[in-house]
Order: sequence, then structure tokens, then C-alpha cells
Amino acid sequence: MSGHSNYVPKTGIERWLDARMPIVRLAYDSVVDFPTPKNLNYWYTFGGILALCLGIQLATGIVLAMHYVPHVDHAFASIERIMRDVNYGWLVRYMHANGASMFFIAVYAHMFRGLYYGSYKAPRELLWILGCVIYLLMMATAFMGYVLPWGQMSFHGAVVITNLFGALPVVGESITTWLWGGFAVDNPTLNRFFSLHYLLPFMIAGVVVLHIWALHVVGNNNPTGVEVKSKADTVPFHPYYTVKDGFAIAVFLLMFAAFVFFNPNALGDPVNYVPANPLVTPAHIVPEWYFLPFYAILRAVPDKLMGVLMMFGAIAVLFVLPWLDRSRVKSLRYRPTTRMYFFIFVVACLVLGYCGGKLPDEHVIPGLSTFTLFDADLNSMVWLSRFAAAYYFAYFLVILPWMGLTETPLPQPESISEPVLSHSAATPAGAAASPEKRG
Amino acid sequence: MAGANPEHGAGGDDPSRRDFIHIAAVAAAAGAAATVAWPLVDQMNPAGDTLALASVEFDLTKVELGQSVTIKWRGKPLFIRHRTGAEIAAAIKDDKADMRDPQTDEERHKPGKAEWLVLIGTCTHLGCVPTFGGGDYAGWFCPCHGSHYDTSGRIRKGPAPKNLAVPEYAFLSDTLVKVG
Repeated sequence: MSGHSNYVPKTGIERWLDARMPIVRLAYDSVVDFPTPKNLNYWYTFGGILALCLGIQLATGIVLAMHYVPHVDHAFASIERIMRDVNYGWLVRYMHANGASMFFIAVYAHMFRGLYYGSYKAPRELLWILGCVIYLLMMATAFMGYVLPWGQMSFHGAVVITNLFGALPVVGESITTWLWGGFAVDNPTLNRFFSLHYLLPFMIAGVVVLHIWALHVVGNNNPTGVEVKSKADTVPFHPYYTVKDGFAIAVFLLMFAAFVFFNPNALGDPVNYVPANPLVTPAHIVPEWYFLPFYAILRAVPDKLMGVLMMFGAIAVLFVLPWLDRSRVKSLRYRPTTRMYFFIFVVACLVLGYCGGKLPDEHVIPGLSTFTLFDADLNSMVWLSRFAAAYYFAYFLVILPWMGLTETPLPQPESISEPVLSHSAATPAGAAASPEKRG
Repeated sequence: MAGANPEHGAGGDDPSRRDFIHIAAVAAAAGAAATVAWPLVDQMNPAGDTLALASVEFDLTKVELGQSVTIKWRGKPLFIRHRTGAEIAAAIKDDKADMRDPQTDEERHKPGKAEWLVLIGTCTHLGCVPTFGGGDYAGWFCPCHGSHYDTSGRIRKGPAPKNLAVPEYAFLSDTLVKVG
């Protein structure tokens, strides 16, 4: 996939540049001539969408930083000034705030795609791990960005998340004091969060370069999970996937624009439009939607340290996934039993997200009285979270390793082209059977 | 390191001397890097002015019986509660109850001042501010993750591991306390 280059410099400038710093050659090999499996579906367009999301967040964020004041006395007012007085400030801020949500929608689609088609398996383990690193950096960046407006949710969210580190034995208290720069979340905390919120996106961009580099060494996975066998299995990235990605981006931007222009606060919490008050915690404190599943796992465990470990463990387990799934068949298309467990896993993630947004003692089925099991009513959000969290971990730690040993997969096609060609051979003679148009 | 480069040995140099220089140079560089890194890490710890935050004095006559006041101390809320006889009795009655962080009510206030409870108002779970009058023990209830504290501020139910902390404080007179 890498090494060989078909680039031929045409103009004098290109030849001059190519002999000194072959940057045009790099671009040509990466996004024009790059051989890509011809059967990629729309689930494979989220990589391009994510690159765009990062670009939007960087551009709008740099603009917002020109007007934002990172001080506890001025932060909230400076956000309101951006919304009311700065030219197009409302647009830039709504793009940035909704952009974070769009970024997470795309990254979750991208990750579930990888899980379904086995894109984490050899030789793509490092590609997957780099993706997990990006996800972790995204979470840190989003959390710190949410603190900056210094509303009630910003403040108390920062209190809760920084206190998570206080659960660590012995060093916990020193770490929280170090993170805060004081004895509570205060001005030093806001200042450093702003600094790091500006830094981390550039680190994300750096890891994205590594992610794409790793992708271009091993090449794309594809919906069959069968590796590329010959040139007949691929098409050049341009124009086939530049156009396909472009269309997906256009559709994605329609949804993005619908939020920004018609319902810009739909995904945020209205309580964050109340200025931060360290003396009063809001009655119902929740993180942004994209963190809710992990928040539910945290609350599902009655012990403080164990809860924190489980929450971080839910992300840590993704890093070792390539070695937990022992099956040699990549795509769940050919693993019907595992596919069923995968869809239950998706439901478990959604259930966790639902529970994370509710109060722990709230009834799942209103009006139904059940019995108390250990410390809570069985018909409560906390017990529903426990079942879903148990499944979340069981999927990675029990089901995938066990299925790799016991499941009999369906026969895989010989190559990417084979199912397409055999299918077209079965169509009546005279029908326009041109497999390259089915990619 | 030893014998890493046979060429030098063949050239007549004593390989152990060259190795010593390599190790010493790398060690010095690592030490220097750590020396430079430490200020960059330690700058995030509380600054001098933050540490110098003065203690607060509070006039207790402002708090009626059965009421409490929340003041800010070191950036955190501080509860000063004027307890009723019933609250004190309920707290003493539970002294022998099964608790996660066992403490008697006597240990949670100054001697002879059972009506005054001074507590750091952050939940020992993840630092939210509990509200008074909720929960199963008629004390404090934390809305974030459902920790229940009794009228002595002791953890009775929920995820918090510790009782609400009692700060360092002293009675300057019958009606004046100094915290910190």
C-alpha cells in the first residue's frame, strides 16, 4: 500500500519542489492516487467528516479566544458579550458549541463502524489505538471547553470531574490540589483549563496525522473484512472517495446547520446559563450527552474508588480490544452470533446514556413498586445502569474472547471483488453488469 | 553499555572509560531535564497568595436556632449550623449505629458546644454541595449522586466514603468562631 508512488511532476515548479521537499508527491499519494477498497459504504465517510469537525472547532475556537476572558469574574460576561455584541459572535459560538456535539456524533459512528467491521484487528491494532488516544484527547478537550463559560454546570462539572482523581489512594488529595492550583475549583483552575483547551486540539491534530499515517501503511479495512488481494479490489481515492466523502459531508453539514440555526441550545443544559455559584450545587447535575454513558457507569458503583476505576476502565478496555477479540474473521457480516451480541452492545450503550441523564433513584417504570436489592430499588435507574454496565464489560471481556474460540463463522468471500462479480454473473444476461459502478 | 562499540576497543581506547563518559553525560542530561521539568509541574500547585488566604471569623449571633449559614472559606462552602435539641438527640441516639466512617456526635463539635456544628460543605464523594433537610436521616443530602448525611454530618447512605469534614476552628468567645 505504501512505498510505491505513481506521481509524475508535470511542471517545472513541481519538479524543483519534488527534488527538495516532495510535499506534492505526499499529497498525491495520500489523497489522489491512494488505492482504496472499492466496496466502502457510507459508514466509512466519518473519517473525512471528523477531519472537517476538527477544522471547524479549531477555526471557531481561535476566533472565540480573541474575545473570551479567562477570569472567574469576567468569563460568563465575556461569553454573553460574544453572544450579543461581537459581530457574528453568536454564530461562531453556536458553531463551536454544537460543533463539539457533532464531533462526538461522528466519532461514535466511526468507532461503532470499527467495532462492527473488525477494523481494530491485525494489522490495524496501532491504527485503532491511535484512534482511542484521539478519543481520549477529545474527551479532555470537550470537558475543559465546557468549563470555560463558567456557568453552574461548568463549575460543578469541573468540581465533580477533578474530584474523581481524589478517589485515588494516598496521592489523591495532592493531585486534586495540583489540578486546582488551590483548595477548590477557582480562578487558577479556569486559567489552566483555558490554556490546555487551546493546546489539546493541536495535539489531536498531531495524533490525527499519525492515525492517517498508520492507515496509509496498512490500507483501509472494508465491509467484507477481507484484505485487498489485487488492484481489481481497489479504486483510486480521487475521484471515487473524495466525491463520496464530499456528499456525506454535505449531508452532515445540513444536520449541523439545522442545530446551529434552528435549535442551537437543544444539546446543551439550560442551567449553564446561570453564572457559577460555588455555594449551591444545581439539583440535577449532568454532563453533556456524549459523556452520559460513562457517568452512568460511575454512578452504578456504590464505592467511590471502584466507580472511578470502572469509568476509566470502560475506556481503557478499548485500548486492549485488538487482543481480546481472538476471531480471525474481521467483519461481523460473517459472524452472525457475535453480530447479535454487538447489537445488544449498542443498545447497552444507549441505555447507559439514557440512565446517565436521569436521577439515580428515579423509577425506570413509573408507578411500579418492586423490592429493594442491596442498596436501591430494583426498578431504578441505578440498577438499570448496573445491568447495562455489566453487559458493556462482559461484551469486551467475556463475549468477544469466548466467541473467538467457539463461533463458527459463515464462509467469507475469496476477495472483495468476488461477491460483486458472482452476483452480477447471476443477473440475467444483457443486464448492464459493471461491478466497478457498484463500489 | 559495556562493549557497545568494539571499534573503540580495537583502537586502543579503554572501553570502560568511554562508557563511563557516556553514562555520566546521559545521567547529567536526565538530571538536568528533571530539574527543568519540576518547576513546570510545580507551578500548578497553589501559589503563595492562594496559600496565604486568611482565616475567617464569624459572629454566631447571626444564626437563629434551627438555622444554618453557608459562608465561603478557601473557595469552599462552610456550613455553620445552630442545631436544635431534637437534632442533637437524634445524632447522639445514632452514635452506636453501623456507620461507614464511625464517629460519635461528641467528636464532631467543640466540648460543651453541641448546638454549633461547623462543617466543610462539600460532599466527600465528588465535591458537590449537599442541601440540608433532605435524605433519609434528616441531615444533609447530596443531589449529585445521592449521599445521605445525618444531623451530625456523618455519612449514612450513598457513595460518599467519609463524614462531612470538620475544619480546624476555635471559639474566640461564646459568640465568635475563627475558622482556619
